[in-house]
Amino acid sequence: MAFKEIELNMGPQHPSTHGVLRLKLRVDNEVVRGVEPVVGYLHRGMEKLWESQTFHQIVPLTDRLDYIASVSNNLAFVLAAEKLAGVEVPKRGQYIRVILTELQRLASHLAWVGFMANDIGAGTVLLYGFEARETILDFFEDYAGGRLTIHALRLGGVPYDLTPENIALIRKVLDGLPAVLKDIGRLLTENRIWKQRTVGVGILNAADAVEYGLTGPVLRASGVNWDVRKRHAYSSYDDFTFEVPLARNGDLYDRYRVRLAEMDQSMSIVRQALDRLPDGEFRAKVPRVFKVQPGEVFHSIEAPKGELGFYIRSNGTDKPERVKMKSPSFINLQSLEKMCVGNLFADVVAILGSLDIVLGEIDK
Amino acid sequence: MPAASADDRRLQDVAESLRGRFGDAVVETFLGKDGLIVRLRPARLREALTFLKENQGFNALQDIIALDNMKRGPAGLGPAGPRFEVLYQLYRFPEGLRLRLSVEAAEGEELDSAQPVYKSADWAEREAYDMFGIRFAGHPDLRRIYLPDDFEGFPLRKDFPLEGTKRGL
Repeated sequence: MAFKEIELNMGPQHPSTHGVLRLKLRVDNEVVRGVEPVVGYLHRGMEKLWESQTFHQIVPLTDRLDYIASVSNNLAFVLAAEKLAGVEVPKRGQYIRVILTELQRLASHLAWVGFMANDIGAGTVLLYGFEARETILDFFEDYAGGRLTIHALRLGGVPYDLTPENIALIRKVLDGLPAVLKDIGRLLTENRIWKQRTVGVGILNAADAVEYGLTGPVLRASGVNWDVRKRHAYSSYDDFTFEVPLARNGDLYDRYRVRLAEMDQSMSIVRQALDRLPDGEFRAKVPRVFKVQPGEVFHSIEAPKGELGFYIRSNGTDKPERVKMKSPSFINLQSLEKMCVGNLFADVVAILGSLDIVLGEIDK
Repeated sequence: MPAASADDRRLQDVAESLRGRFGDAVVETFLGKDGLIVRLRPARLREALTFLKENQGFNALQDIIALDNMKRGPAGLGPAGPRFEVLYQLYRFPEGLRLRLSVEAAEGEELDSAQPVYKSADWAEREAYDMFGIRFAGHPDLRRIYLPDDFEGFPLRKDFPLEGTKRGL
C-alpha cells in the first residue's frame, strides 16, 4: 500500500524533548524525510537583560542558561570578563574552579546518560545516573548552598575556600562514582537492545560535523580531536594530565562511549587538582564597581555540551555594551535534520537525546 | 608561550593573504586578545568567506554576533559609522586557529548571507535578523527564530525599551 508523506508535530510539550522544543517532522511511513526544530518557547531575552546589569549581576543570571551545568556557564562568563579587564585569578582559585566545573561535567554527563537511556526505554539507568548525580549536587549544596543554579563562581575567583570537610566530601563522592559508572556500563555497553538502538544510528561524519559547527562530545564522537581545555587551556588546565576520548563512527553509540570515557578523565582531573591544591588566596581583589575599559573579547570553555563562549564588548562602564553567548546546544541542534533524515521515526527521540541539548541555553 | 606565538605567525600569514587577495576591501587586520580580527568592507563578504574556507582552511563558522552601535559608549570604539556591526567567528579545525571577520551594515542595508558557504550560518543569521532586523541576501529561509512571527520590533536594538513594548509580547 502506498502512503503519502505526512507532517507530524512533536512537542512543544513532549516528554522526550527535555524542555519545550517543537519538531515539525515530515515522515513517509516510518522513515523521516525532514525535521524542522522550532525553538524560542523559553526565550527570556537574556542578552537584552545583560546590557542593563553590572558584570557582577550577570554571573548568577548565567546559571539559568544551561541549568544542568550552571557552573560551566559561570566559568565561561567570568573568564571572558576577567580576560577583558585583565584580572589575574590566584592559582588556588583557578584549581577550585577546575574542581567545581569538572564535578559539574560529571553531574551533567550522569544526567545525560540517564535521560538518553530513559528515552530509549531503559528507565533503570536514569535512576542509577540520578542517584550518583545527587551525591555531586549534595556537595554543591554543602559548598555554595545551591544545587541546580549554584552561582558557584565570582569575578576574580570563587566565593568560598574549600574546607577540609569539603575536600573529604569530594573524595567520598569520587570514591563512589566508579562503581556506578561500572554498573551503567554493565547495563548498556554490551546490551543488545541498546546497541541495536544506537550503533549505526544518527551518523554524522567528521566533515559534516565541522561544517555544521558542532563541538563537544558529539564532534569528538565523529573523530575530530578538539577540546578547548587542551588547545586553548584556561584556568590552569595545562597543569593536569588527561586524555581527550575520541571515537570514529559518529553514531549514537560512539557519543555514549565518548561521554562515559570523559567522566573517567574528569574524575582524574578532580583528583589531581585536589592532590596539588596550592595554598594562598582563592579570590583576587575585584572592586565592587567593576568597570571595564572599552574593548572586546571572546572567550570559550569546554562545557559538558560543547564549546560555550561569551563575546563581550565593553564601553568603559560597569555594564557591558553587548554580551553574546555562543551556546553549544543551539549550534548542535541545527544538525538534527542532517542526522535524522533516512532514519526511522522512533530514532528521532534517540538522536535528539544523543545531542544533549538544554533548551535554557538554546533559547537564552 | 611558544605555542601562542606560532599561532600568531600563522594568523599573520592569513592576514597577509587576505590583504593580498582583497586589497582595499580589507580595512584593517590586527591580533586581538583571542585571535585575528579582520575588518572588511561588506561588498566582498561572501567572496572573503569562501576564500577563507576553501583557500585558508577555516572550515567552521562557529557564531555570528551582531551589534547595534547606535549609541557608542562614552569612550567610543571608533568613529561614528554604519549602525550595525556583524562579526563572524571562524575556526580552523583541528588546529584551533580563530579568526573574527567584522563587517558593518547601515540601517536597511543587506549583507550577503554566509549560509551558502557555511551551513552553520543558517540559524545564526536568523537570530541576527530576529534580534536586530539585519537582512541577509541569499539566505534560504530568513524568518524569526525565537520570537513569534507577528512580533513587532527588534529587541536587541538599542532603541528597543528593556521593558518591552505594547505591540510586542
